[in-house]
Amino acid sequence: MLLSLLLLAVAVAAALTGSEAVERTASEMFIRMVLVIGLYIFVGNSGVMSFGHVGFMCIGAYASAWQTLPVAMKQLVLPGLPQWLLDSSISPLPAAIFSALLVAVVALISGLVLMRLSGIAASIATFAFLAVVNVVYSNWDSVSAGTSSVVGIPVYANLWVTIAWAIVAIAIAFFYSVSRYGLALRAVREDPVAAQACGVWVYRERLVAYVLSAFVVGLAGVLYAHFLGVLNPDAFYLDNTFLALAMLVVGGVSSLSGAVVGVLSLSLLIELLVRMEDGVRFGETMLSLPGGAQEVLLGVAMILMLIFRPGGLMAGREIVWRKLF
Amino acid sequence: MQYLVDALSLGSLYALGALGIALIFGVMRLVNFAHGSIIACCVFSLIVPSVEAQAQLLAGRLPDWVLVPAVLAVGAGLSVVSEFVVFRRLRQANPATMMIASFALGFTIQNVLLLLYSSRPKSLDLWSQLGQSVELWGARIPFLQLITIGVGLLTLSALSFLLKHTRVGIEMRAAAEDFTMARMLGVRANAVITLTFAISGALAAAIALLLVSQTGVADIRMGLPIMLVAFIATVIGGLGSLAGSVAAGFLLGAVTVLLQVVLPLDARTFRDAFLYLGVIAVLVWRPQGLLASPTTVSRI
Repeated sequence: MLLSLLLLAVAVAAALTGSEAVERTASEMFIRMVLVIGLYIFVGNSGVMSFGHVGFMCIGAYASAWQTLPVAMKQLVLPGLPQWLLDSSISPLPAAIFSALLVAVVALISGLVLMRLSGIAASIATFAFLAVVNVVYSNWDSVSAGTSSVVGIPVYANLWVTIAWAIVAIAIAFFYSVSRYGLALRAVREDPVAAQACGVWVYRERLVAYVLSAFVVGLAGVLYAHFLGVLNPDAFYLDNTFLALAMLVVGGVSSLSGAVVGVLSLSLLIELLVRMEDGVRFGETMLSLPGGAQEVLLGVAMILMLIFRPGGLMAGREIVWRKLF
Repeated sequence: MQYLVDALSLGSLYALGALGIALIFGVMRLVNFAHGSIIACCVFSLIVPSVEAQAQLLAGRLPDWVLVPAVLAVGAGLSVVSEFVVFRRLRQANPATMMIASFALGFTIQNVLLLLYSSRPKSLDLWSQLGQSVELWGARIPFLQLITIGVGLLTLSALSFLLKHTRVGIEMRAAAEDFTMARMLGVRANAVITLTFAISGALAAAIALLLVSQTGVADIRMGLPIMLVAFIATVIGGLGSLAGSVAAGFLLGAVTVLLQVVLPLDARTFRDAFLYLGVIAVLVWRPQGLLASPTTVSRI
């Protein structure tokens, strides 16, 4: 719960600067945090690297868009939707819950198949899942407007909404990881044979984590849609996948604090580098990076972080009250 | 007939990619996400750094018999440097860390290229005379596809000779199957790993040359689609099995062309979705891959 306080502090700090740009950056960071926390629920506890979660984000984002777009626009741009969707437009909060539930259902169906796999096969299968989602959404024009974006989504995800959902995500992840299911899954991660010998049903535990993580990631997708107001399937493919995984691994794959710290540190780093590109005043002189160097430095920084702390920044430990004082 | 050649040519390209990925994966259990960027880098070594749309040839000006080894050397060199700088220190880390590090490396290389060359795809004229069609058994086949198949088969047979009949090749195969045991039997780890990276880099360069001739465009992201299919082919083919990854590369090429032909017109844009669903099906049926070595079959 300390993490929530930390995040609240960051949010308040961002709000205090008064600048809209900073608030938007902070909101985006909190959305990413929800994504990475969702990713942690599955990847961190099961040890199986999943590339497909951004696909869930895509499904959630579009589902929320389908429900909340103004009716007139829907009928114009997305004629292929079923009639009961085209006729109505509901308010954001129920839409978010329904979208996340839809994502959870998809995860349940796909998880029934995918959780039979282990290790690298599961990872590649999740990657195939992401590719399937991307191809379907890019090409099913009547339902998703294909590669031309869906516009006009109500934008309500400001700083306070996103931090509220981030805290909800942390709570979900925390209660899952101390529950029986979380502990069982971590046992499977450490030693599958011993865990099975103790009576843990690997398939079910992984499925539970998968569905729960998809729910949270679906929420992230919903927030993303309502943050940008515009949706495009390309945003839910490789770039975001790897950025989210990088944030998770740099922070430390096996702990919730790792997920949070990873997002915080990389987001700060990106912000810093972007500011430095604009130029930093050192007394009389203006130091600035050449345009485009920001990403190069980001990549180099990630590599260095991983070389010096291969377990990630938190190396699997959590931030707990007792250990601080 | 046309489709057969299409399938073989696409399959050759995928097989070369799969072999490049499988070599490194077999030896180090590292999923090398930087491979796509190495391909792009080899392509861009042919042209002068600039932001114009029309590329001027740099290394591309060299006569062919120097050009090909030069580009292969660029690929191999870049790969070896990346091994030395990044991956050597991460050998003991868990696979997730190595994977993200390789992604970060690929990201970095891609953005360096972006800095130097801008993201605009450039047109590049390399051996475009090979694009002419040749009349063969009743089908018009672009000569380049035959070259692709030829290069693919030549490379694969050269590599398989290397792997089966030379000492280093046998060491590499042993390391790919069971690294710890191979070290205990006297295989020098660093030498094997460096050579593996070098060969993988050279394969990337070969793919780069073929891609550029085929499409005539130089784009910083051009290595990504091939790299992704190469990963899938590696896993489907079987971990630690180099022959398996080659076979899977050809299989994926054949299935892609087959789907292109067989699917009704409406569904054709979803061809890739069907391909990936097929991949999932294969993995569920045989998670260890089609031609896995016995040591990699998980026992629980």
